[in-house]
Amino acid sequence: MTTQTTTETQAPATPKAPKALSYATLGGAVLSFASTFLAWTWTAEFPGNLTVDGYPGGLQLLTLTGALLTAVLVLGGLGIPGLRWATPGGKYASVRLMALATFATTWFTVIAIAVELGGLVNLEPGAWLAAVATALTVALSFALPREAEPTGTSGWATFAAFFKAPAPAAAKELPSWAEILLIAVAFGIGLLAFTYGIGTEGAEDFLGFLLLIGFGVAALNKSGLSRRLTGLTVKHKNVTVTAAFVSAFAFPFTQTSDAYTSVGTNILIFATVALGLNIVVGLAGLLDLGYVAFLGVGAYTAALVSGSPNSPFDVHVPFWAAVLLGALASLIFGVIIGAPTLRLHGDYLAIVTLGFGEIFRIGMQNLDGTSGPDITNGPNGIPNIPDLEMFGFNFGESHTVLGVELGRFSNYYLLMLLVTIVVVLVFRRSDQSRIGRAWVAIREDETAARAMGINAFRLKLLAFALGATLAGLAGTVQAHVTYTVTPAQYKFVESMPPNSAFLLAAVILGGMGTVSGPLIGAALLYLIPAKLQFMADYQLLLFGIALVLLMRFRPEGLVADRRKQLEFKETGQLDTPKGDIGLSKAGV
Amino acid sequence: MTTSTNPAPATTPVLDANGVIMRFGGLTAVNNVSLQVNAGEIVGLIGPNGAGKTTFFNCLTGLYVPTEGTVSYKDKVLPPRSHLVTQAGIARTFQNIRLFANMTVLENVLVGRHTRTKEGLWSALLRGPGFKKAERESHEAAMELLEFTGLAHKRDHLARNLPYGEQRKLEIARALASQPGLLLLDEPTAGMNPQETQAAQELVFAIRDQGIAVLVIEHDMRFIFNLCDRVAVLVRGEKLVEGTPDVVQADERVVAAYLGTPFEGAPGDEEVAEVRAAEAKAADGATSTTSKPRTEEEGDTE
Repeated sequence: MTTQTTTETQAPATPKAPKALSYATLGGAVLSFASTFLAWTWTAEFPGNLTVDGYPGGLQLLTLTGALLTAVLVLGGLGIPGLRWATPGGKYASVRLMALATFATTWFTVIAIAVELGGLVNLEPGAWLAAVATALTVALSFALPREAEPTGTSGWATFAAFFKAPAPAAAKELPSWAEILLIAVAFGIGLLAFTYGIGTEGAEDFLGFLLLIGFGVAALNKSGLSRRLTGLTVKHKNVTVTAAFVSAFAFPFTQTSDAYTSVGTNILIFATVALGLNIVVGLAGLLDLGYVAFLGVGAYTAALVSGSPNSPFDVHVPFWAAVLLGALASLIFGVIIGAPTLRLHGDYLAIVTLGFGEIFRIGMQNLDGTSGPDITNGPNGIPNIPDLEMFGFNFGESHTVLGVELGRFSNYYLLMLLVTIVVVLVFRRSDQSRIGRAWVAIREDETAARAMGINAFRLKLLAFALGATLAGLAGTVQAHVTYTVTPAQYKFVESMPPNSAFLLAAVILGGMGTVSGPLIGAALLYLIPAKLQFMADYQLLLFGIALVLLMRFRPEGLVADRRKQLEFKETGQLDTPKGDIGLSKAGV
Repeated sequence: MTTSTNPAPATTPVLDANGVIMRFGGLTAVNNVSLQVNAGEIVGLIGPNGAGKTTFFNCLTGLYVPTEGTVSYKDKVLPPRSHLVTQAGIARTFQNIRLFANMTVLENVLVGRHTRTKEGLWSALLRGPGFKKAERESHEAAMELLEFTGLAHKRDHLARNLPYGEQRKLEIARALASQPGLLLLDEPTAGMNPQETQAAQELVFAIRDQGIAVLVIEHDMRFIFNLCDRVAVLVRGEKLVEGTPDVVQADERVVAAYLGTPFEGAPGDEEVAEVRAAEAKAADGATSTTSKPRTEEEGDTE
């Protein structure tokens, strides 16, 4: 294997794999593909129906997708006309990763069948075929030449070189309608993947899905496709934003029941709040560990004026007024907390905001009539918040739109989507302005920013207050979605989002300073605990491990922001050239 | 360029630091320093390491609150708040370059324009015609400055990825973006080679020709004496001498401050010869060859 690569990689440009090897890999992929049409087990006890000969089902669909993509990448690498677009970047690294994705999902499935049903006897020949075929594909893919020389002689460096891929060449100009169509298709695929992920039934399906997505996305990165797509989205910014919202808008229409739209609604609430936090953390660089309190302020305000029979105020203001009140209350709360604490920096600010977050929760707990005035019913919170009704449209009832029945959660999902659009707009517009630049400058170097005439305290307070207002806005909707507002919903950390720790994690996991980062991060951080209920006891442990791994291997988050992208675009030169300084020292 | 070193008959002081004292606990870093900078003048501030030059700069720009004394800009006393000082019209660079490393070159300069633009959050959110006009003007002004400093072709690079000399230039461009009447440069040529130093000198003259007064701290004496109309020497927190480069260069106290005073029993010629002979005897062999190139190099670099 290695001898072959060394002879092949004489030319440093792009080593070519022997055709036979590529076709063998292709054969492996085709075999894996075929295996999904066979039965993998004999009983339907295993989630998803894997017992049918003739068509794939359940987890087999994932293997099928993986195998298909592997085949496409191999063919792209072979330069088959019509498929060359698939691998503008790494021809072989992408195949390796895609083969690994298929392998991981398939073996996970096979092992899960054996473990859950109690033994290897439960595997039908189809499963054996799938396991062997995917393993074979991986083995063959590793025989394909490396596209980069290892950086060292250590085992790790040799291994890592298998996954290094050259950057794609500049894309050919396409007519703009074709580019826009590509963006639309990409978002369509994204929506499809999201709907599949949200609709997975068992933890097995979801884990298999995560494995495929994880390795698959890495493969697409290596193949250069995602770089191409990013290029397109940057070029057609408005189209991209529109496409994103159209696919988000389409989501409830793809659902047959309200079960998964409720998940979608909660993800949207979580994601919107995370995006608000991104202004504070990602742009202005203020580490806020008590951010969920602002969501609570908005929710409590909306609950108090919602006309709930359990609210001490016997008022029922229209929703738009409740939204304004909630946002205003959060704004005031934000300024009150921000004004004294923003004189602190870094860790100190984090600790103080953490404290204020807890003070809010405990304060709400104590306004129960015994420890303080009776406003919030203490730990019981404010239940029976009525459903919204606007222009005769009751959010609590099902409506049929375009032949699709939209249940309660679909209604709230669409309302929440409006709030998300507002927050995205606020984020984007404030980021790309004098104010946003000043925030980033403060984050980068506060002393220098002040020396450039920036009133750092005032701008930090503005970021803090704006973030608080946006969270309050989301809170007013959340109060109606959940029917009940209790202090326990607004803890620093618990096993279900949104809470301060998860919000911060969503921002950091997704990518600070970006719009899509927190949205993706929030979706993952909501779905993973929700789908993997069987691991509930270890959830925080896994969460911690995941964060540590992320910080080690991808500190910029899943989506790198514009500036970080730039950092990678240039030649990886990290600091000023050292030779220059040494030379000039002699001249002084 | 150098021909225009007129002594600037204009007597209007741009900067007037009056009796500035800065104490850190028991240490008096700057002791009763007064300094004036007139319009269109380039003034140098020199002194040995630890003399309090940068501390004095920080007092001028509001990063430190002086224990005593006032700083006024065009007859207005400045509040010791850094952003208000910049707003008034004093911009500065830092000794250890402090760019916004993860912002692009253009963005760095745009940040410098912060005080000269007013568009707030609402204007940014609503994106009215006023906002667009202001952004366009800011971009044009920033690009003009980048052309001026020769960085226009690197507008979209991250500041951290610029070579050292260009980072210094960018810092100056960023400072100029705030349209200052006085520019404070803290060691602008530190770590530069002779060509770069020469270019920096041209740049400072060009800035002065735009009507901006410059106060510069520097250790490179040739640079300072070529550049400045007036030089002040700071030693142990106190102003020792102030005057034209010739006056300062000739002043014995300045030489003493840098090199130390010769003590009473200075070694005579014969003693020096004695030591040399002893050294030569001891180092007879390979060791002497290693020391030779070093002395040559020292002679080259003064």
